[in-house]
Amino acid sequence: MIWVNTVIQGVLLGGLYALFACGLSLMFGVMKVINLAHGDLAVVAGYVAVGVIAVTHIPAVWSFVLVVPIFAVFGYVLQRTLIQAALDRGVLTTLLVTFGLSVVIENALLQFFSANSHSLAIGSLVSDSFNLGSQISIAYLSLAIFVVAVAVLLGLQYFLSLSKHGRLIRAVADDREAAQLSGVDYRHVFGIAAAIAFATVALAGLAFGMVSSFDPTIGTDQLLLFAFEAVVIGGLGSLWGTLAGGVILGVVQQIGAQINPADQILAGQLIFLAVLVIRPQGLTGQRSSS
Amino acid sequence: MTGQPPEDGPVQDGRAGVPLLEVRGLTVHHGQLRALDDVSLRVFPGDVYAIIGANGAGKSTLLRSIAGLHQPTSGSVLLDGVDVTGQRPERRLTAGIAMVPEGRRLFESLTVEENLLVGSSYARRGPWTLERVYEIFEWMRERRTQRAAQLSGGEQQAVAIGRALVANPRVLLLDELSLGLAPVVVRRIYSTLPELLAGGVTVLLVEQDVSQALHVASRIHCLLEGSTTLEGPPAGLSPESIESAYFGLTGPNGHASGQEGVPA
Repeated sequence: MIWVNTVIQGVLLGGLYALFACGLSLMFGVMKVINLAHGDLAVVAGYVAVGVIAVTHIPAVWSFVLVVPIFAVFGYVLQRTLIQAALDRGVLTTLLVTFGLSVVIENALLQFFSANSHSLAIGSLVSDSFNLGSQISIAYLSLAIFVVAVAVLLGLQYFLSLSKHGRLIRAVADDREAAQLSGVDYRHVFGIAAAIAFATVALAGLAFGMVSSFDPTIGTDQLLLFAFEAVVIGGLGSLWGTLAGGVILGVVQQIGAQINPADQILAGQLIFLAVLVIRPQGLTGQRSSS
Repeated sequence: MTGQPPEDGPVQDGRAGVPLLEVRGLTVHHGQLRALDDVSLRVFPGDVYAIIGANGAGKSTLLRSIAGLHQPTSGSVLLDGVDVTGQRPERRLTAGIAMVPEGRRLFESLTVEENLLVGSSYARRGPWTLERVYEIFEWMRERRTQRAAQLSGGEQQAVAIGRALVANPRVLLLDELSLGLAPVVVRRIYSTLPELLAGGVTVLLVEQDVSQALHVASRIHCLLEGSTTLEGPPAGLSPESIESAYFGLTGPNGHASGQEGVPA
């Protein structure tokens, strides 16, 4: 029974990881940008929420109403300026630029907020839970985050497959030049994709800030890594793969932690390496020739 | 804003009026290599204007420059007298220049219909709709939900043409339609040209297959190593003059050149 609980907690945690990962996956899928500042951006979202809450006194749970749109705009602007400029100089340059961005963000946060950890205070919600049987206890917050993650992935999937802008995003991801020849301004489409990616990473950062405390270095130390692992395990280019990857990572981490609390992250690393060795294209990915 | 006309004035093709599409003294470099050298041409409404030439003659570079995918070193591109040289490809599409790129370049993860919908996203007003494309290529209607990657080469080419048509271009650029297709498929695709022209589209095409080009074109333009060697209506050109212009062999006018112009 304890293992059933472990798996359930892992699945719920996996939803959060998938939420972290989908923005990373989207930016790579559309722009071929590997955003090394992805984890730091999630942390920035947490700090922005701290600021927004201090100024407006809205409840922490509702901070996303302001933070997510702010991040969407920020994502669009950053894509149209810094990241596009890097892209114009080659895909490798984007690695350097986003790495630099990551370093700048981390140090700026240390400067302004110190190395002390913060969290988004949501009162008793953080620990409220309900029981299933005697050994399974599910926190409302974890469940809510999982539901939000699935809803976001579902919404994103529908947006990409059914809306006009989703279609343009897929077209640009397929062939940027051919899209231009169809009248599509791919820079604008990249901006939209970045806005979505930043909105999801903000949501993930806020969710993380509610379940756990965060400090300026956790973005690269953990969040970026988890997002990467979820994407690689699930396979690039598939949102359901990303969800599966996040869930597998979450479950394996929880099992590792159940065996020995110090082994949580190591267990995730091991499944990540195992997938890389056995199935490098990930669970849902196609084996590509390039 | 207009580009400076070349020193020798407009192209001396003996045709009066305002051309729909005009290229003036276009020179394009790929790095150090000069791919096009002072090429000029004028396309009038209703033309099927064919650019022929061997591999590496600069045909595709010319078409891509007209579409806006290459920026010229010098020279200009005018659509209906308006200089579009500085415009990005997406702006030129809404101005009325659409291109079917070499190798078809469909959005492979999208369905046939989605490809056409992307093509019509920024369309000008005009007669071409998805429905009209389905009327010309009837098989497309039943297979509109298939992914483009699952189609045969000839079918992909038809979708690529449809994708450009639904933008309602004034000038349609066709780059190497015959590339990698069986001759019977090529003939079938070219047989749709009259229907396109009836819809009011003017066609500028690049073709390696000279006999095919001569068959459909109202005017041909031969490039050799980036320079114009021949221009005129096909009826007025002898096979010998076309051959020498194409290969750069010693022609009747005695100019000798080019060992590299031989097609593979």
